[in-house]
Amino acid sequence: MTLPDPLLRVQGLRTHFYTYAGIVKAVDNVSLEVNKGETLGVVGESGSGKTVTAQSVLRVVPPPGKIVDGKIEFQGKNLLALRETEMQQIRGKEIAYIFQDPTTTLDPVYTVGDQLAEVIMRHQKLSKKDAWTKAADLLKMVDIPDADIRIHQYPHELSGGTKQRIAIARALSCEPILIIADEPTTALDVTIQAQILDLLREIKDRMNLAMVLITHDMGIVAEICDRVTVLYAGQVCESGTVEQVFEKPKHPYTQALLTSVPNLALRKEKLSVIPGNVPNLIDPPSGCRFNPRCQYAQQICIDRVPELEPIGEGRMVHCHRWKELDLKSPVAS
Amino acid sequence: MTLTAETVLEVRELTKHFPVYEKGVILRRKLGDVHAVDQVSFDIKKNETFGLVGESGCGKTTIAKCMLYLEPPTSGEILFNEKNITEIFKKARKDQVLALRRQMQYIFQNPYSSLDPRMTVADIIMEPLEVHKHIPRNEWQDRMYELLRMVGLEDYHAERYPHEFSGGQRQRVCIARALAVDPQFIAADEPVASLDVSVRAQILNLLQELQQKLGITYLYISHDLSTVRHICHRVAVMYLGKIVEIAETDELFENPLHPYTVALLSAIPVPDPKKKTHRIILPGEVPSPVNPPPACRFHPRCPRRIDICSKVEPSLLEARPGHWLACHNPWPSKSTASYNV
Repeated sequence: MTLPDPLLRVQGLRTHFYTYAGIVKAVDNVSLEVNKGETLGVVGESGSGKTVTAQSVLRVVPPPGKIVDGKIEFQGKNLLALRETEMQQIRGKEIAYIFQDPTTTLDPVYTVGDQLAEVIMRHQKLSKKDAWTKAADLLKMVDIPDADIRIHQYPHELSGGTKQRIAIARALSCEPILIIADEPTTALDVTIQAQILDLLREIKDRMNLAMVLITHDMGIVAEICDRVTVLYAGQVCESGTVEQVFEKPKHPYTQALLTSVPNLALRKEKLSVIPGNVPNLIDPPSGCRFNPRCQYAQQICIDRVPELEPIGEGRMVHCHRWKELDLKSPVAS
Repeated sequence: MTLTAETVLEVRELTKHFPVYEKGVILRRKLGDVHAVDQVSFDIKKNETFGLVGESGCGKTTIAKCMLYLEPPTSGEILFNEKNITEIFKKARKDQVLALRRQMQYIFQNPYSSLDPRMTVADIIMEPLEVHKHIPRNEWQDRMYELLRMVGLEDYHAERYPHEFSGGQRQRVCIARALAVDPQFIAADEPVASLDVSVRAQILNLLQELQQKLGITYLYISHDLSTVRHICHRVAVMYLGKIVEIAETDELFENPLHPYTVALLSAIPVPDPKKKTHRIILPGEVPSPVNPPPACRFHPRCPRRIDICSKVEPSLLEARPGHWLACHNPWPSKSTASYNV
């Protein structure tokens, strides 16, 4: 059986930053796939390469970063081979991006309506009046109360939750096929986070969108993602459906991540700890990058970089010892 | 863990208002007050970790700062070991103030901004020793190394500067600095919020170990209910400058009574894909503390609002032993069906 081609396929992506201190290998051989209508969660800690991967997909990696290797296919097109003008037709129109902090991604000197209309006019060749009408509809779609007043306000007059709703409205304005949401709720309070997650889920279902949700919170992944890719220090640890990964993690890092987070339901006397710190990516550990912190590490983990192996049922694992290890998940009990 | 019933800290009707002025330079009229904390009372027992949870802007940090007199309270009393410390700080007799400061310390939220970048770790940890002079100078260095080891750092870290450390290690330095004067009480303001998930567990465990070893009492401030459940013995939930519920941790999580607490608990994403939970999504946003809603401050967003809620302010009463609640129409107890723990 051959599966239909995924909407987005990233293969062997390497994005490096050429700094004075040395080459930072922020993304080093990352592969992932997003199918139509699916939500992929990309999880990892700070410095794991989540954001840089997303920036690479849209080719907006800030200097001194450069995509040095890999393939990014979107609807069969190789994005890395496109010219800049062609890329501009994709950004915002076919792939939209929602940033982490809504306070810094809305322009403080333009009103909400101006910012939405700008995107609409750029991609859809509408008149200013029509664009504003559409902007007002979008605000209603993301459940902003008093949309007629809000549309004339400036970002500083709005709360964090409302600003993030506007960022979502802007991302939806050109009816994209894929949305990349980079930690869309990290800057928000829990009750507001619940509102925004609910909104994202509802819109995704209604418009049949594919979504890449970047987050560090395993809870959010469990709530709204279909599949998940776990990143560590610029490399993929494993990927699979949410059920597979949470019930039967195959990579020691995934397991450690699940057990070290305090769980509301299971109260323990002492939390299990991942020793050490996230490695420095100028001089990453040799072999498997997780080996200095891995309780199952052996000589082979230091000597050789593991392959990202497909292990059936669409799962991939990046570990030498996944076959012999029988990792337990704290969730499956 | 056994808790002695001895009370270390008592907060009585603590209120803190910040005035808001008109823009301009010369004739600035006062426009009103930010009601950051309003008539809050609670006590903290010896050897206990007392949690203070709530969303941003609800007054958690202001309470902690008032308790240590880093912000003078507008009114209210704080009793530490049965002494009224607001009085002592107000009179500002240097020896008495120093003696109090030695017993009460603070760990700040962001270890990136609370360490002086131009001081070595040794200087940072020895500075409190220099200020308080409670041990002779020739013992400072030994004490500094002892503290480093106590928080899980190595001797060679002493000569380094803060920028050479990761977030988790910096937070360890902050903890060592707070411990330098042998405090009885530490206010920890979101000590793990700015750290990576895999490092948080290390710091939480360290705080617990130190409590067992040294018998410290903590005020633990957080918006993250899962860490609160892990580390705290008792928890107070705040909304817009008011405490709405206080209970022992297990009781609060298993049997929440205030609709806000229930909504807060149901809003946490649970890392288990099989648990499809019903969540209570609160409409709207936290109102401005300059002009808080009358009576119960939560009533405009409350799913269980009744007539009285907008007319009479509920007072904090003991709903069942050790479980305090300020609500006219509490969540039906034991109805855990609609909420996810």
